[in-house]
Amino acid sequence: MFRFALTRIGMALPTLLIVAVSVFVLIRLIPGDPAQLMLGDLATPASLADLRARLGLDQSLPVQFGIWIGNVVTGDFGQSISSQQAVLPLILSRFWVSAQIVLVAVLLASCVAVPAGVIAAWKQDSALDLGLVATATLLLSIPTFWLGLLLLLFFGLKLEWLPVVGYVSIAENPWAGILYLVMPILTLFLHEIGVILRMARASTLEVLRLDYITHARAKGLSERAVLWRHAFKNAFGPTWTLIGLVLGNLLGGIAVVETVFTIPGLGRLLVDAIFARDYPVIQGCMLFVAFTYVLVNLVIDLCYPVFDPRVTAQ
Amino acid sequence: MSAHSPMSSDSTLSGGASVKKARRMKLPAPNAIVGGTLIGILLVTACIGALWTPYDPLKLSFREKLAAPSALHWLGTDEFGRDVLSRLMAGAATSVWISILTVTLAVVFGTLIGLFSGYMRGWTDRIIMAFNDALLAFPGILLALGLLAVVGANKYGIIVALGIAYTPSVARVVRGTVLSLREREFIAASRVMGNSEGFTMARHILPNCIAPLTVLATSMFGYVLLAESALSFLGLGVPPPAPTWGNMLAGSRPYIGQAVWLGIFPGLCISLTLLGINLLGDAVRDRLDPRMRGSR
Amino acid sequence: MNTSPLLDVSGLTLKIGASGRTVVNDVSFQVFPGEIVGIVGESGSGKTLAARAVMGFIPPAVRLDGGTIRFDGQDVMAMSGKDLRTMRGSKVGMVFQEPMTSLNPSMLIGRQLDEGLALHRKLDAPARRALILDMLRSVGLRDPEGALTAYPHQFSGGMRQRIMLASVMLLKPALLLADEPTTALDAVVQRDVMELMVELTQANDTAVLLISHDLGMVARYCSRIVVMCQGDVVEQGLSEDILARPQHPYTRKLLSAMPHRLPVRLLPEAKTPIVSVSDLVVEYPGRQGFFRKGEAKRALHGISIDVRPGEVVAVVGGSGSGKTTLGQSIAGLVKPAGGEIRFNGKPIQKSDAAYWDYRLNCQMVFQDPYSSLDPRMTIRQLVAEPLRLVPDMSPAERKARVAEVLSEVGLGDGFAERYPHELSGGQRQRIAIARAIVRRPSFVIADEPVSALDVTVRAQVLELFDELQKKHGFSCLFISHDLGVVEQVADRVIVMQDGRIVEEGPRDDIFDNPKHPYTQKLLAAVPGLESTPEGGVRLFWRRAENDAAITG
Repeated sequence: MFRFALTRIGMALPTLLIVAVSVFVLIRLIPGDPAQLMLGDLATPASLADLRARLGLDQSLPVQFGIWIGNVVTGDFGQSISSQQAVLPLILSRFWVSAQIVLVAVLLASCVAVPAGVIAAWKQDSALDLGLVATATLLLSIPTFWLGLLLLLFFGLKLEWLPVVGYVSIAENPWAGILYLVMPILTLFLHEIGVILRMARASTLEVLRLDYITHARAKGLSERAVLWRHAFKNAFGPTWTLIGLVLGNLLGGIAVVETVFTIPGLGRLLVDAIFARDYPVIQGCMLFVAFTYVLVNLVIDLCYPVFDPRVTAQ
Repeated sequence: MSAHSPMSSDSTLSGGASVKKARRMKLPAPNAIVGGTLIGILLVTACIGALWTPYDPLKLSFREKLAAPSALHWLGTDEFGRDVLSRLMAGAATSVWISILTVTLAVVFGTLIGLFSGYMRGWTDRIIMAFNDALLAFPGILLALGLLAVVGANKYGIIVALGIAYTPSVARVVRGTVLSLREREFIAASRVMGNSEGFTMARHILPNCIAPLTVLATSMFGYVLLAESALSFLGLGVPPPAPTWGNMLAGSRPYIGQAVWLGIFPGLCISLTLLGINLLGDAVRDRLDPRMRGSR
Repeated sequence: MNTSPLLDVSGLTLKIGASGRTVVNDVSFQVFPGEIVGIVGESGSGKTLAARAVMGFIPPAVRLDGGTIRFDGQDVMAMSGKDLRTMRGSKVGMVFQEPMTSLNPSMLIGRQLDEGLALHRKLDAPARRALILDMLRSVGLRDPEGALTAYPHQFSGGMRQRIMLASVMLLKPALLLADEPTTALDAVVQRDVMELMVELTQANDTAVLLISHDLGMVARYCSRIVVMCQGDVVEQGLSEDILARPQHPYTRKLLSAMPHRLPVRLLPEAKTPIVSVSDLVVEYPGRQGFFRKGEAKRALHGISIDVRPGEVVAVVGGSGSGKTTLGQSIAGLVKPAGGEIRFNGKPIQKSDAAYWDYRLNCQMVFQDPYSSLDPRMTIRQLVAEPLRLVPDMSPAERKARVAEVLSEVGLGDGFAERYPHELSGGQRQRIAIARAIVRRPSFVIADEPVSALDVTVRAQVLELFDELQKKHGFSCLFISHDLGVVEQVADRVIVMQDGRIVEEGPRDDIFDNPKHPYTQKLLAAVPGLESTPEGGVRLFWRRAENDAAITG
């Protein structure tokens, strides 16, 4: 198990490195003087010269990369052109907002969708199963931005139960804060139920066909015991991996939901930065999100042996 | 759950020994019919929309602005008096066209990379896959967003950005297929026959990649369409006034209270399209399921 | 013997719900307490369905159309769920074929074994643990305590089957259903596991219903045999009677499919062996970790063999013996680390002049008929492909040769435009053979060509092979784990174990007078046949000198 963990972590390191290189190269692909790009409209000859020296623009690219990575590792992601704030703290504060929504939504969706998917597989081809699959397929076909819009329309404008625009941090005002988060979370919740249910169902079906399930029945176990004690654990693995992928996708894709509900999250930060050509922020966001994704998947991978001990043997 | 359940579901039946006749054609599943119909409607609308729409999608008409659906404008008009139906049709054409180009780009480059990597194996393969996986570490549309910052947000920018963003998935699938095909005995048979490696790749491996590629391309078409809509919604895709379902939804937001139809129809189109692709994809996957094939 | 049967299946009929096709037709048989009964049949015979129905396992697509199954007097089909669950495990146990998938991979062995016991017996945890450890010891596990906290994937296939047996026999059921329990195992391991099963069941007075396609094995251990074909019971009775006086044509077909020894062939003298292998060493690279490289594993430790023109040399051994690696090296698929291979006396490196002669003349038939044919090519394309490399052959000549070869393997014109997935396993193997001989090679390597086929189909393909070999006179390296198959085709036999040759010699010498203990062990698993006057056979079993069971 230890060797397995070490291998997985070892495999993540080159990925992180190449991700960093990619982000570095990406921004450098933009035509123009990098220092000028970084400072934008506020550039003065003095600040330009200063930045050029600090970025090491007179030296070779690998050295520049080294300097940049050195800064990144110590938490210096540069300064936002639009707001003059340090990039990393800005990203972190926005990430906190997005993370609340994403984590709560995915957690709730998993709690509902996984058991539902398992039961659907157990009662395959029954009315319940077909109904669940149809609902799931429908839900995941609706784009999150439209679903959000519809919810906004219904609960926000028509019924006026929930606020339409804006955000208040829970830390400041718990009740109001929650109200602002309800619809975004609901939007993601509904969408991800569809995705997770289908995967849970599919992998449970796979497992139910296997011999050890019949063997469990042959021992005289009740159907319920067979399903939850034997099938579930083995079936959960692929769904667990999927949850990791979903979390990652939402890190990027949440921008649309944040736009609909005007939530100051990480996605919106990146999009605004693209419009404003705020390159330090763009760079910082990409690096941060990709790194987080790699980390999330690493954690998911490291937990995998709980569901399938065979992976540690490879 | 009934207490009486002696007939529990169980493993597969042992198949017949001789399968002399070709498999009988099975009736298409309801999945395929509904999905196929929806996609069919989409493609037809896109084709028509490219050539003709009831009204000019860009024509402004302030007299008729924000008109509810009526006999004159079946789906109403937007804040500039433009006919919604015409804009939807033109948008269909644009989205489908962008998606097709993007998928083609991703498939072509992804296949080349995947084939090369799978063929070379060893360290070359490892290095290529390390880069490939690193690109896959940018989740969802993140890479596309970043690329758009570089190439600029417009119709062609989207194709390039999304195409590059989806290439790694294709490469991974193709490489995986190549590697598993290499283990099959008919590849060894080809080598024993005396065929060169190159001939074996072209004659035996490449044609057998087509099936998984087709499945992938179909589902990818859906993802790309959705991504394009999302990017357009964010304002980073096809810029107005050219209509695409995504930017139509974005434009509807300020008027959502007064002109609810502006927010309903574009979203409905995207949803129905994705539903169609998902259903069709399900049906195709069921058909190609190896369990269904004749086994001994 | 008791007069009332433990298991009484009467007129059992099962149909597939949708199409109405009958898969088990009016099947009746009985099992009395303590006896061992075997059901023999090939795929599609319905034997597995019938056996599983005994425990109430009927797949959702299948429905009961008639007949009864009585266990200990009670009608299984009419049992309530609760009664059925009481019966399962404690009165009837089941052992499956695939050791890889029959144990839950994510549950500790100890827990899996404890489950059934905890369900059916009123014992406390320490008592159960003691029983489990005891049972694991008696099935041959060297470290029972360690096994309790281990996962199934940490054990080999043979060990897993033993653990399955332990799990089932813990509850001392009155009846054990064994569905092809040893088919997926190595020949030597097969026999050990079967002996263990017989020992355990006899010690506990458990009746056994053994389902298998292997008539020899069934005849050896079962007192009575039920023969099934395409859903019907075609014949049943005492084992000796069935074998000595088979009544039904299908039974006779099964018996004649068992390998018979043919008279020794005289081969012409030849100066140069067609294939000569000297001191061949093949290594597989060790596991590639990130920072360290594992040790290279030697698959072949300096093998030397010669094959004369026209001769059939059989290479026999278990998994890991290196026999497949040997075949692959001679075919050029694997690069040797040492030693030399010569074809017609000349070296076979790509740079050598004689390379093309070797390449054109040394061909191979593979084991898996489902994987050795490109699924996207028609039969004609598959068989014609090798001809591409033959110089000076016009398209018309190629077409004629393909047609000729197809008819030689017994597949007529209609097959040329079909695709592999439309054919059965036996037909596909014929195509594979056709492809191998289309260039009229002088040497063919056959790597387990019939292992994946049904018993009667196996006999047909072997016959075909034999015919072709006699007609065209190619030499053959016939690789197999099954000595029975080898007895029929080989002129000379080479026995391998762990990458080394342990014994070799003419066929009769090896079969009648084996010297090496491993050879004896292999032979102990294979029946010898003697024909009886009534058109049947009598089986006799060779005893190995050292009969101690090995854990494997």
